Amino acid sequence: MKKGNYLLTGLTLPNGDKSDIAISHGKITEIAANLSAADGFVNVDLAGSIALPGLVDLHTHLREPGKEDAETVLSGSMAAAKGGFVAVSAMANTSPVADTAGVVEQVFALGQSAGFADVFPIGAVTQGLKGENLAEIGAMADSRARVRVFSDDGSCVFDPLVMRRALEYVKKFDGVIAQHAQDPRLTQGAQMNEGEISSRLGLKGWPAVAEEAIIARDILLADHVQSRLHICHLTTAGGVEIIRWAKARGINVTAEVTPHHLLLTDETALSYDPIFKVNPPLRTQKDVEALREGLADGTIDIVATDHAPHPAEAKECEWQEAAFGMLGLESALSIVNQTMVATGLMNWESVADRMSYAPAKIARYGEHGKALTVGAIANITLINPSQIYRVDRDLVASRSRNTPFHGMDLQGAVTATFFRGLPTFLDGKLTSVHKSTSESVGN
Amino acid sequence: MKHLLSINDLSKAEAISILDTAQELARASDGPMKKLPTLRGRTIVNLFAEDSTRTRISFEAAAKRLSADVINFSSKGSSISKGESLKDTAQTLQAMGADAVIIRHSASGAAQRLADSKWMSGSVINAGDGTHEHPSQALLDAFTIRKHLSKGANDLTGLRVAIVGDVLHSRVARSNVLLLSNLGAQVVLVAPPTLLPVGVQSWPCQISYDLDEVIASVDAIMMLRIQLERMSEMYFPNAREYSRYFGLNSDRIRAMKAEAIVMHPGPMNRGLEITADAADGARSVIVEQVANGVSIRMAILYLLLAGNQEIAENGVSS
Repeated sequence: MKKGNYLLTGLTLPNGDKSDIAISHGKITEIAANLSAADGFVNVDLAGSIALPGLVDLHTHLREPGKEDAETVLSGSMAAAKGGFVAVSAMANTSPVADTAGVVEQVFALGQSAGFADVFPIGAVTQGLKGENLAEIGAMADSRARVRVFSDDGSCVFDPLVMRRALEYVKKFDGVIAQHAQDPRLTQGAQMNEGEISSRLGLKGWPAVAEEAIIARDILLADHVQSRLHICHLTTAGGVEIIRWAKARGINVTAEVTPHHLLLTDETALSYDPIFKVNPPLRTQKDVEALREGLADGTIDIVATDHAPHPAEAKECEWQEAAFGMLGLESALSIVNQTMVATGLMNWESVADRMSYAPAKIARYGEHGKALTVGAIANITLINPSQIYRVDRDLVASRSRNTPFHGMDLQGAVTATFFRGLPTFLDGKLTSVHKSTSESVGN
Repeated sequence: MKHLLSINDLSKAEAISILDTAQELARASDGPMKKLPTLRGRTIVNLFAEDSTRTRISFEAAAKRLSADVINFSSKGSSISKGESLKDTAQTLQAMGADAVIIRHSASGAAQRLADSKWMSGSVINAGDGTHEHPSQALLDAFTIRKHLSKGANDLTGLRVAIVGDVLHSRVARSNVLLLSNLGAQVVLVAPPTLLPVGVQSWPCQISYDLDEVIASVDAIMMLRIQLERMSEMYFPNAREYSRYFGLNSDRIRAMKAEAIVMHPGPMNRGLEITADAADGARSVIVEQVANGVSIRMAILYLLLAGNQEIAENGVSS
């Protein structure tokens, strides 16, 4: 069989139409019902699956360079493919920090050679993520990695003057600052959402206002300097309200929510199991509902995973000793299906927007986030929304196992991922686009 | 009951049974032979990853009076100070055959982590975890209050207890609020608003910012230790101002009910949350709390490790 010719059958398009999709040489060549396989086409039966434009993650920790025991660009992009992603955005908090052209080019190149998804590095806003001096933003933008998103994620750009300068500076090349909104003074030593549960558990509280105050400040700054602001991992009902207000005023702000903040609450901390320890913290049911509503009505633009792998010892310990963060890539689409689609809050067109079109647009990933049309690059994610599976941390593609969903039954399984016309994930197998088809399928 | 991690683990009946057992054991210990053979051959580890004097010694005395073998394992000069993880420490203790581990740890939830993990299989007793709970302290406090004030009732119905001071960082306060309210007492927390946690409104107790408003109405007052490092964290302007509003002094002692008692879990900061004459005065049961602590801890060990054996059956060892 010839490499690169596939006929995907039995699909439902985001608009609800039943259809088949033919792929050849990396492009979508036909979209119609009841296509018959031409010579040399591999017929892939995906009956029951929804076809979505390939998913784009704007918030991913791939840990390379520096923490290769937790994840590498290769293992992280395999996890991405398994989760239906064709592009991920590697956060800058590596070691060394991605604050120079050299580091972002290295990460970009590692992604290209892995061949499971496009890996777009995010550049640091400040040198060493210290919040003091601007990193080489222009050099990173001009590098082969063509960085457009800058973030000190993990740390907040707290100094308002530094934030103002960063917002202004990236206007030169239509960049965006992705802010990790966390007032460091209000969250010193903080462990979990501040509220009833933290008061009982004796874990230091992380007040919602520590997030909301920074969001409000940065929205006003972005408005003042007429630049683009993106708010990472929104978690509070108050934050949703502030973003809604800003959008109503026409301020150029976008926001993301993680799958785990759409599903889990601070009650998980009652176990003291740090698998549920994450930054920003899991909040209350009221916040979860506000986030879902905000995502449904478009106040929140995108879902981003904040995939944060950690080695076992970083979680097999006391809560306050444990690292913040949880895996996200492999379960993201299932959780969006479960919390947003199965609940009737969103349809598949909206999922395509929040997980593909909108993130690609915010980050200016020109080849991504395109509708499934004839002639488009064949980046396609397939999900069977009725298939229920039990999450098993021992079966993840990531090098780490810190999924908070271990043992949970999730609804909606990714059945295949096509990246530039080739199946990076199909029949439960992961295959790099650099390997030949015969090696991967059916071996 | 396998572990004692939180007061939430105890029903009212179980809590009363611990108090009753402690009372019986105290009586037995008053006899000519202090030692009971109940836990002969059992190994109990005192795992103290945070400094402690009275709780460690109290548990050690309790275990020894029940004839258990006690191994003391404290952070200083041990593998913990070399950075060994809780998991590795637990697995080591398991390999050495510990029947129970009494753990004191600076991390909230450390005891529960130990109990829920597969790292060891013995009983876990929480001897204070971070700012979460200190169940044996609350039990000895309830025991002390009951002894002085319950007029023969087996619970604390109708009594009013004030807990005063740094509630935010106090595991003693958390355990006491749960236990005393479960036993029928009315608990009122008295503290500056900075030292009450956000979310405290959901606790089964009343809140006051004014000690003088509360002092005349309580049957027992429990003063909490103010740690010196709180000074630099802006919870209150200075020690003098704290003492003026929230310290227990002779004027406030005089304002209390005739029978009311004064308690402190120790160690005290004399001159800060309590003056010397309040600490050493006629109302003070602070030293008695320490003695009661041994009986309560014997009862806890007894009930967790010896199950349903009758105390009388074991008799007094010869």
